[in-house]
Amino acid sequence: MSIDVNGDAIPYIEGETISDLLARMSYVFPMLVVVVDGEIVQETDFPSTRFPDGAKIEVIHLTSGG
Amino acid sequence: MESAEKAALAARLRGASVGIAGAGGLGSNAAMALARAGVGHLVVVDFDRVDAGNLNRQYYFRDQVGSLKVEALKANIERAAEGVRVDAVNLKLIAGRMAEPFKDVDVVVEALDSAETKTRFVQEILRDLPGKPVVAASGVAGWGACERIEVRTFAPLHLIRDERARSSDDGVLLAPKVCTLANMQANTVLEILLGVERVD
Repeated sequence: MSIDVNGDAIPYIEGETISDLLARMSYVFPMLVVVVDGEIVQETDFPSTRFPDGAKIEVIHLTSGG
Repeated sequence: MESAEKAALAARLRGASVGIAGAGGLGSNAAMALARAGVGHLVVVDFDRVDAGNLNRQYYFRDQVGSLKVEALKANIERAAEGVRVDAVNLKLIAGRMAEPFKDVDVVVEALDSAETKTRFVQEILRDLPGKPVVAASGVAGWGACERIEVRTFAPLHLIRDERARSSDDGVLLAPKVCTLANMQANTVLEILLGVERVD
């Protein structure tokens, strides 16, 4: 019962939303999008999006500079 | 390549429009590459003026210091490439309305500066212009380590990034790496406009 978040194995919690997961991970950078099994999830959908056990999740953020 | 095939590609690029948010290191170089490639219409949005400190990486010249970036870039593109229409939009993008100047373009290039502004911009394009391809860049500071730069596609978002690069707040911005990412953005735009090139 685990998920892959940016390459790290994290315990799976049934019913957890993307918002819950980001809070659990304590990320401090501004989140761009989250990609769940290749599908893009926008910020507005973080509170309502759940994911299955075994999901591969990428939290994408951007670094300053342009 | 047959000349008829080349002409067909040129015609497709000539009929395309690309919006570029920011005319700094990423935006000025991406715009010039797209203009030279033959993209017919560019919409460039920035509010800033050329500073002497920009000249180590941005597509401006010493006699343009103090000019509005969008006006200077339009002039430089018109010197380099024939038949490109450049809309020089002197505008500061305001949160909540960032997508407005880009409603009618085929592809959007994110070429902004701070992480917060870049993030907000891409989120607003994804939210307000659903399905519109957007090409973002992250990790432009530093030098070397070309092999770390990768293209990730989460359609409609295309991301050119070096995940391990320092933030520009801690690192140094230099032409080779900034221009590499800018040109990779432009090259990705061509892939979106023309499709993935078939090679035998």
